[in-house]
Amino acid sequence: MAEPVRLAVATDGVTKVFGRGGNAVHALRGAFLEVPYGELVMLVGPSGCGKTTLISILAGILDRTEGRCEVLGVDPQAMSQGALTRWRGQNIGFVFQQFNLIPTITVAENVAVPLLLQGQARRRALAAAEAALERVGIADKRHSRPTQLSGGQQQRVAIARALVHEPRFVVCDEPTSALDADNGQLVMELLAEIAVQGDRALVVVTHDSRVFHFADRIVRMDDGRVVDTRTQIADRTARQHSESP
Amino acid sequence: MNQIAIKMLVGDLAKYFGILLGIGFAALLITQQSSIFTGLMSRTFAFVDDTSLPDLWVTDPEVQYLDELEPMQSTALDRVRGVPGVAWAVPMYKSLLRGRLPNGTFRSVIVVGLDDATLIGGPPKMIEGQLGDLRRSDGVILDEVSANTRLNSWSAYDADGKPAKDATRIPMKVGDVLQINDRRAVVVGLCQVSRTFQSQPVIYTTYSRALSYAPPERKQLSLILAKAVHGVDHGELAQRITAATSLRARTKAQMSWDTVMYYVKNTGIVINFGIAVLLGFLVGVAIAGQTFYNFTLDNLRYFGALKAMGGSNWLLLRMVLLQALLAGVVGYGLGVGAAALFGMRVQGTELAFRMTWHIPAISAAAVALICALSSIVSMIKVIRLEPAVVFRG
Repeated sequence: MAEPVRLAVATDGVTKVFGRGGNAVHALRGAFLEVPYGELVMLVGPSGCGKTTLISILAGILDRTEGRCEVLGVDPQAMSQGALTRWRGQNIGFVFQQFNLIPTITVAENVAVPLLLQGQARRRALAAAEAALERVGIADKRHSRPTQLSGGQQQRVAIARALVHEPRFVVCDEPTSALDADNGQLVMELLAEIAVQGDRALVVVTHDSRVFHFADRIVRMDDGRVVDTRTQIADRTARQHSESP
Repeated sequence: MNQIAIKMLVGDLAKYFGILLGIGFAALLITQQSSIFTGLMSRTFAFVDDTSLPDLWVTDPEVQYLDELEPMQSTALDRVRGVPGVAWAVPMYKSLLRGRLPNGTFRSVIVVGLDDATLIGGPPKMIEGQLGDLRRSDGVILDEVSANTRLNSWSAYDADGKPAKDATRIPMKVGDVLQINDRRAVVVGLCQVSRTFQSQPVIYTTYSRALSYAPPERKQLSLILAKAVHGVDHGELAQRITAATSLRARTKAQMSWDTVMYYVKNTGIVINFGIAVLLGFLVGVAIAGQTFYNFTLDNLRYFGALKAMGGSNWLLLRMVLLQALLAGVVGYGLGVGAAALFGMRVQGTELAFRMTWHIPAISAAAVALICALSSIVSMIKVIRLEPAVVFRG
């Protein structure tokens, strides 16, 4: 008998309305999404279709208006503000379009931030940050400032920061849109290799069709709804092998 | 996260210096103006400070402050001496009289007449001659600064009687003769006194000679200086003297305070300096507040990212507060340090400057308020910040 699929994310009928009355904007109109552990899911669709709103709700940084939403087995909206903040700090990794690396601190300190926010000692946090930088291949840049790095390097730092505290769910907002084609490929390779290792799930919002082939599934959104879910390649290992020269 | 908060602040040097400039300038202005105000107010009771020996100052009951003395009858001295607890009491004459200099010009001078027998109440420090020289015929002692400035003559004069272009200053010196109310006065010594509020020359002489300079009046005793018997409380003795003689008896501190308060109540000096201090405060709030707020706005996306990644409101507030505290401490140090340097540079000049321990404390409170006001707006912004802002580009 086949083992039931374990879901990292399960939403149904999620709506989000910004504003009230005549000024109300319906960003989500009943979105349905399921993301199993170990999957890299890409959310695609035209601008304003609700992709960013949906991942904000999934990451627990925005409240939904209606619907059901479970992430890693809990409903983020049901938690108190303090508990939600702690839950985010321990379980969610973020990769932003504009990196959001603090320019006045070193690369290693930037990567250590999620651990420092959890109250971990500075020395231990920096050691873990250096290990994370090693994984993304830029450990030699640990003492540099983010502004001294290229866009691709900065995004790799951001990935190291997103993964340093071993989150079980990673959300990425347009991680390749600020990068050239080569760097975009490199960043997605890293995300595909590292982010979904183990008991982890990854949702990537992107417009960049050049990186679609990294997805396990592509979820197309339009007008606040999920309109199409397409499983691309069931087995990542198979895909990686098929892509090997 | 404290280190990261500090690096966020000092990493942006332009804004950091802008914040320091605002706070430092405010601290400088508040400290400097308060010190000048205190210096000026200290000059109002400089004469009390210089006259260190007596414990109590007895005057006519109508006297409000040191520079407006209502003369008493000479019998008042004996009445004070008769009060239990008084070790000794001596008369003093103090009044503004007109002096005529050797070159014929007139100056208002403060004439202080000391008890003939004891010369109690004399200047704190003699520069030339001795206090006892006052017993010489027509002897007077001048304060050195006035002898060099207000009482000086010139090496040459023009046709209008004004100092000639290339004239050099000739200080008044021991042996020179001047006239006070048409009576001869011979300089027998030079002394050092604290500068007075009105900056008039101070001339010491004996009590009896001072009376001969003064215009004839029925009452001529300006002050009675009294010493308390060892162990007697000065405040209690002052009350006892007042009760027994109906005269106004004040301790040194009370006499000084009365004089300060007279100037505070009857002149616009507090308002003038108060406005300067308030301006310093407002400039500090404006510059530091604006720059600090801009700094927070510039870092809002990073605060948003921190919030998304698990930073609580409390943690972010602590970061903002730490940044404000650091900027406040450094800015305060720079401002008060600059004010202290200014004070050292102007020591011994006409400019009054006295920085008591209260003034840096007041400046610190003002800077703390500036930082609090500056950071409150930033803190509100950070608290209201939605972490979802990080995905909005």
